[in-house]
Amino acid sequence: MALTQKEIEHIALLARLDLSNEEKEKCANELSAILDYIDQLQEVNTSGVSYEYQVEGLVNVLDHDEVVVCDEDTRMRILAAMPDRAGDLLRVKGIFS
Amino acid sequence: MPFHQLTIREVHEGLVQKKFSATDVVQSCLEHIEKNDGHIHAFLDVHGASALEHARVVDEKIAKGAEIGVLEGVPIAVKDNMLLAGTRTTAGSKILESYIASYDATVIAKLKKEGAIVIGKTNMDEFAMGSSTENSAFGPTKNPWDTDRVPGGSSGGSAAAVCADECIAALGSDTGGSIRQPASLCGVVGLKPTYGAVSRYGLIAMASSLDQIGPFAKTVEDAAILFDAIKGADAHDSSSATASLQPTLPSLKESVAGMKIGVPKEYFIEGMDEDVSRTVRDALEVLKKEGAELIDIELPHTSYALSVYYVIMPAEVSANLARLDGIRYGRQASDAKDLAETYRRSRGEGFGPETRRRIMLGTYALAAGYYDAYYKKAQSVRQLVRRDFDNAFRSVDCIVTPTSPTPAFLLGEKTSDPLAMYLADIFTVSANIAGVPGLVVPCGFVSRGESRLPVGLQFLGRHFDEETVLRAGHAYESATEWHTQKSPLS
Repeated sequence: MALTQKEIEHIALLARLDLSNEEKEKCANELSAILDYIDQLQEVNTSGVSYEYQVEGLVNVLDHDEVVVCDEDTRMRILAAMPDRAGDLLRVKGIFS
Repeated sequence: MPFHQLTIREVHEGLVQKKFSATDVVQSCLEHIEKNDGHIHAFLDVHGASALEHARVVDEKIAKGAEIGVLEGVPIAVKDNMLLAGTRTTAGSKILESYIASYDATVIAKLKKEGAIVIGKTNMDEFAMGSSTENSAFGPTKNPWDTDRVPGGSSGGSAAAVCADECIAALGSDTGGSIRQPASLCGVVGLKPTYGAVSRYGLIAMASSLDQIGPFAKTVEDAAILFDAIKGADAHDSSSATASLQPTLPSLKESVAGMKIGVPKEYFIEGMDEDVSRTVRDALEVLKKEGAELIDIELPHTSYALSVYYVIMPAEVSANLARLDGIRYGRQASDAKDLAETYRRSRGEGFGPETRRRIMLGTYALAAGYYDAYYKKAQSVRQLVRRDFDNAFRSVDCIVTPTSPTPAFLLGEKTSDPLAMYLADIFTVSANIAGVPGLVVPCGFVSRGESRLPVGLQFLGRHFDEETVLRAGHAYESATEWHTQKSPLS
C-alpha cells in the first residue's frame, strides 16, 4: 500500500514532527513497505476473538487517591531539567498569537 | 583469573573469604573499561568515582566483620534507559543528551538496597528501537567477538560489556528481543522475565505492554541472582505482578530428567542460517542426554507475531514518546516562533531516523480510519499468539528454540533496509506478544572468516515460571562449556 505525500504530511502534523522534503519521500516508501508486510494480519480469522490491551489478565488496578510529596532534592532535579524557566516556574511560548 | 572476569557468585565468595576487596574488583573493571572500551563502545558513561566510593564503604563493612549480601560490592552495568537519580540518562537519544534523572528507577533502588555497585550506563539503540545498537545517537557498540560486527540490540552495550568482562553483570530491557538477541550474538546469558515480574517504574518507556527489564550475566546462576533481586510488585507500576514471587535460585540445580521440553516446528524455518540451525539442533541433543523429553509442538500463529509487533509497538511508541516535546525536560529547539513549532522542531531535530519512522508508523496505525484495520486487528491476533502458548504449555514444561536466525551481522549490513533489520527479531517477539519469560544461554559457535561467533539457545516458559526456564538453562549450561569461552577482548 503506497502512502501519498499528503498522507505523510498529515501524519507528521499529528505526530508533531518536522520532516524535511527528502525525508517525507523516503518515509512514504519505507512505511509503505512495512505496511505491506503488516497486511498479512488480514489473512488471520479473528472473528469471535476478543481484543485486550494486555496479556496479564489484571483488572482495575487502583491506587489510593493521595498526594505524595517528593523530597527537596528530587524537586530541585525536576526544576533543573526544565529547558526554560522563570524561578520555579516552567516557561512556555504563547499558544495564541 | 583477573577480578573483572569473575561471576557474581565468585566475587561474593572472594569478598566473604577476604581473598580480595570490593575495591580490587571495581578497580579491575574500571581499568579494563579504560583499556578496552575504545574498541567496543559499550559504555556511554562510566561512574568511576562513585563506584570506588561505594566499594570503599562495602570494604569497611567487611573489615568490621559484618555479613554481606550476594550482590554487595558487585559492579553492575545498567542500560541507559533506566533512571539513576542525579546522573545523565540519555536512552541513546540526542533529545535527552544532557538529561539528568530526577529519581531512581525501582530496579536501581533495589540494586542499591542489595548493595550492588552501578559502574556505568551502557549504550543502546535510541529509545531501545533497533536490533544492532547502530541507532544510538552516540555511535554504535561493536561485538567483542569481532569488532566489524554488531553486538545485537537494543541492549547491545550491556551485552557487549558483560561479554568483554567490563563488568560482572548488567541490566537490559527487552521489548521484542532486546535482551535475548544481543545475549545470543555476544554469547552471554540473558533473561527477559514475564511481563509484570519486574517493575518498569523509571524505565524510559518504549512500548508499555511489551517492555520488561532483565539481567545479562556470565552464568545462569548469576542471572537468577540478579532476577531475584529486581523482581516483585511495585506500587509505582500498576502492571507489576501482584502475587509474591518465590526466589528462583534454590531449585536451580535440580536436573531436567523427565522435564517435557517442546520444540516448535515454526522456529526451524527455511532461510535460517544453516550453521545456527545445526548448532541449536546439537543443543537439543544435549538436553535429551540430560534426561529431558523433547516433544514436537505447534505454535501456529508464530509467523504473524512480527506483524502484530510492528503494529502494537509503534502505536505505543508514538503515544509514549509524545511526552518528549522539549518543554519540561530534554532538548528544546531554540528560536521557534510559537509553541507548535517548538514541539515540531524539538522532536524533528532531537529524534533519530528510526525513532521518527516508528512514531510515524504508530501515529498512522492509531489514526482515525486505520485503527480497526491495524491496531484492533493486531490486538486480536495477539490473543491468538498467547493462546498458542497456553495450549502448548498444557503438554510441555518449557519450549526451546533458536534466538536469532543468524549470528552477529556486519555493521552497516542492514541499516538501509528497516524491514531486514526487523526480521532479526523474528524468534524473540512472540514472547513479548504473549508476555511469557525467555532465557538465552550460549550454545556454541559458528565460523565466519577469521571469527568465531556465538549462538544462543532460547528457553520460553509459562507466565511467572522463570524457575523452570532457569533450571533448564542451568542444566544445559552445566553439561556444556560454551559459557566459559572468553571473547578476544575479555
